[in-house]
Amino acid sequence: MASITLPQPEIYRPSRLTLLFGYMRRNIGLGIGLFILLLLVAFTLYGLATADLSHAYPLSVKGKQPPSWEFPLGTDFFGRDLYVAMVVGLKETAAIGFLAGALGTLIGVLLGFVAAYFGGWLDLIIKGICQILTPIPALLIQVIIAGSLDKRDVTIYTMAFVVVLLAWMGPTLVIRAQVLTMKERQFVSVAKLSGMGDLGIIFGEILPNLLPFIAAAFVNQVFIAVYASFLLAVLGLGPLREPLLGNTIWAAQTQSAFFNNWWWWPVFPAVALVLILGSLAFINMGLDELANPRIRRAE
Amino acid sequence: MTNLLELKNVSKIYSRGLLSQVSTTALNNVSLRLDDHEPTVMTVAGESGSGKTTLAMLLLGFIEPTSGQIFYKGQDIHTLRGEDRMMFRREVQAVFQDPFAVFNPFYTVDHLLSVPIDRFKLAKSKSEARDKMVEALTAVGLRPGDVLGRFPHQLSGGQRQRINVARALMLRPKLLVADEPVSMVDASLRANILETLRGLQKNYGVSVIYITHDLTTAYHVAKSIVVLYRGCVMEAGDVDTVIKSPQHPYTRLLVDSIPWPDINRRWGETQIKAREMDLTEQVVGCRFSSRCPFVMDKCSQDPPLFQLNHYQAASCYLLEGNPVIAPEKISDLLPV
Amino acid sequence: MIAPSTTMKDSVVLQVRNLQVSYYTDAGRARALDGVDLTLCAGEKLGLVGESGSGKSTMALAMMRMIKPPGRIEGGQVIVDGTDLIHISDKAMLKARLSKIAYIPQGAMNSLNPVIRIGAQMMDAIKAHKDESTSDWISAADMEKRCKQALESVDLKSNVFKMYAHELSGGMKQRVCIAISILLRPKVIIADEPTSALDVVTQRQVMETIDRVQEQIGAAVILIGHDMGLMAQFVDKVAVMYAGRLMELSNVRDMFTDPKHPYAQALIRSLPNLENKGVFNGIPGMAPALLQLPGGCAFHPRCPYVMEICKTQRPEPTTLPGERIVECYLYPANA
Repeated sequence: MASITLPQPEIYRPSRLTLLFGYMRRNIGLGIGLFILLLLVAFTLYGLATADLSHAYPLSVKGKQPPSWEFPLGTDFFGRDLYVAMVVGLKETAAIGFLAGALGTLIGVLLGFVAAYFGGWLDLIIKGICQILTPIPALLIQVIIAGSLDKRDVTIYTMAFVVVLLAWMGPTLVIRAQVLTMKERQFVSVAKLSGMGDLGIIFGEILPNLLPFIAAAFVNQVFIAVYASFLLAVLGLGPLREPLLGNTIWAAQTQSAFFNNWWWWPVFPAVALVLILGSLAFINMGLDELANPRIRRAE
Repeated sequence: MTNLLELKNVSKIYSRGLLSQVSTTALNNVSLRLDDHEPTVMTVAGESGSGKTTLAMLLLGFIEPTSGQIFYKGQDIHTLRGEDRMMFRREVQAVFQDPFAVFNPFYTVDHLLSVPIDRFKLAKSKSEARDKMVEALTAVGLRPGDVLGRFPHQLSGGQRQRINVARALMLRPKLLVADEPVSMVDASLRANILETLRGLQKNYGVSVIYITHDLTTAYHVAKSIVVLYRGCVMEAGDVDTVIKSPQHPYTRLLVDSIPWPDINRRWGETQIKAREMDLTEQVVGCRFSSRCPFVMDKCSQDPPLFQLNHYQAASCYLLEGNPVIAPEKISDLLPV
Repeated sequence: MIAPSTTMKDSVVLQVRNLQVSYYTDAGRARALDGVDLTLCAGEKLGLVGESGSGKSTMALAMMRMIKPPGRIEGGQVIVDGTDLIHISDKAMLKARLSKIAYIPQGAMNSLNPVIRIGAQMMDAIKAHKDESTSDWISAADMEKRCKQALESVDLKSNVFKMYAHELSGGMKQRVCIAISILLRPKVIIADEPTSALDVVTQRQVMETIDRVQEQIGAAVILIGHDMGLMAQFVDKVAVMYAGRLMELSNVRDMFTDPKHPYAQALIRSLPNLENKGVFNGIPGMAPALLQLPGGCAFHPRCPYVMEICKTQRPEPTTLPGERIVECYLYPANA
């Protein structure tokens, strides 16, 4: 059969940056979420670099001052510079969020993969545990655990641990479901025909395709972690010395901040929390669309 | 004479329900044999539900038969371990129907070709591997520069399927299972792909099992044919003989319904009785009896295979009077 | 057996004039349809053939005004039974669909709603496209009767009315889709690869069904596909599309015995038949990307008879005897 070599014209392929911005324009959720998150990160980094971090702790500066040039977010009853407290609080919230989020996601990925790919007894056990633990009211258990810990033992890390304890089931079930569908796909059969072993298929073929889902699960876990740790802190069960957002609000409440007209004390942490959770929620929505090509709006 | 591949009385039954109440027989006592030294192209023809896909999965070792055995070079494939298993994997390859599904969307199309080179150690260096890929792609009529480095969604269906065939070419298997390789490809590109498959047998000694429902392409590519209907062999033999003078009523129906691109050869007057029934319905005797225009009372008994001539046999009581052959001997009929 | 239709020449039901559709992507503008003209009379069957990317499915969607962004209908007219569908309001178009022009999409059998009974879906179709205010409005009982009649005309038992989609086989589901398309007796039926996933016997059944119902209601049918064999069995006229342009339009006998356009010739030559076993005549080269069409005639890079003028100027459609239209410089326009 004759074959003619033909000059193939070059198709204009737009640069990666153009495609990225184009996508952001269409996927507004992701765009907004990332933007707010970036602002918060910038704020925190700037604060960490420039401020005197010891001012985040009691008896550092003049107390009960409203917002001014010297103290942009005011000071509280205990003599904490609330701007510095916010910066350190954001940093620590981020730490808890990422720690708990990463741990929860890691467990989810490991257990989810193992359950789905190998099936059988393993799947039954893992799936069973997940399904039994899911309806348990996590917050209640977390409050009990945190409440029964010695005050001195409560650190950021124990907080993260407490949160993960009852949050890992979600990602496990989601990842498991995704792997179950993926392992029936034909490219997995072809990989087997090409001599790939089970491990190679899990890490080489299936895992890369699940990255959007894993990312979405991670963001979700961070959301849950930030929210849960905030709630625990607001109830006074957090590491009381640290200027966590929740702690600040709890402290403000115990000192009847609103009655004393120290409105700036609880308001700014509340706003900050809304921004954090809001940005995470937007990113989650955006990732949902990225992961599911059917929802993805046409380019 | 060793056999490359042998299916011995293979059946596959799927059962549903807690107490295995409902069962579907996907394949019923099928025996086939392919010779090691005489590569051939055999086509397994049937509509959906005939068991042809089940057969492909069994041949590739992805599922196990409910009864019967499958031998590759004399060894039962489900007992192969280690080196032998790797050899089986390397020598038995497939080309699937959907050109898109075989690609992992995360990687470029190179991945499909580079993985087997790596796993089967077909090249000693990266450049040698690339040479192999380029050679295979050129052989199927693609320009490597247009295709390598691209993602599957950036290429057309025809290009993707050609890459699949290039992969098969590159691996030089002993046996290639082609499951409807051209049904999702434009009619104008089919010629190219079929020619490559035929070339594999002629030039590289690869035995091809071409699974399809399209008798037109089967006629052009294959030497022998096995017609399946609901898991049973209806007719088998030399492809020219069977298509030009089909004996089994089902084969006759199939051949009659081929849309020949020839206005002087329009669809015949034979009436078709649709298959309105549930696939899981238990049929006693000949599977085709409910749709057969020539059905007799006798057909409630499973008809044996009657041999009509050197290269044709059909399982139908209309041919009673001809010598009966056992299902295991069917491969004797198939020319090479 | 599918008989060639006897048509009445005066009853033109479909006229497509200079239809233009483009898709605007990040990588540029792709001209999916670049000036297509067609005429169909009542009872006529037209086959629209072409490779993937030739524009045939876009043609169907454009006629139904179902092109979604980033695609856009940029010009031309689609006149069905006197009304130009491109320029009427959205509401009027909604009513026109199914009642004037019906569409059986590719893989239609997979688009039947799995949780609603077949009968309910058919009734929904009628209610959605019939005009409440006109005198055509019929009662629910009459609607049900009409649905059952439609089912019978596609050779299905009327108890299918109460069934769910998963209880039917592929061929049966496709015939349900055909039944839905004839419910309101449209003038034009467009079937886009109606048998692509079906085996040869079911395919024949479905095609014979389409033929039968078309005769019953006197509609014109456009069959879109790439299987020339199916065209030879079924249609009266064949239109060959390439890169969004209509290369040749001939009646089926002429197209198979004496194709004029080089692309059509290559297509016919590549078809397998019983005589030339083992001979494969593929078409060399590849269809161009719509984003970067070659100048002049779109087929010139692959044409064995290419001339200088083919590379720079797109040929005008020429009418040849026997009501054939070709777009090729081999047949210059009559002076």
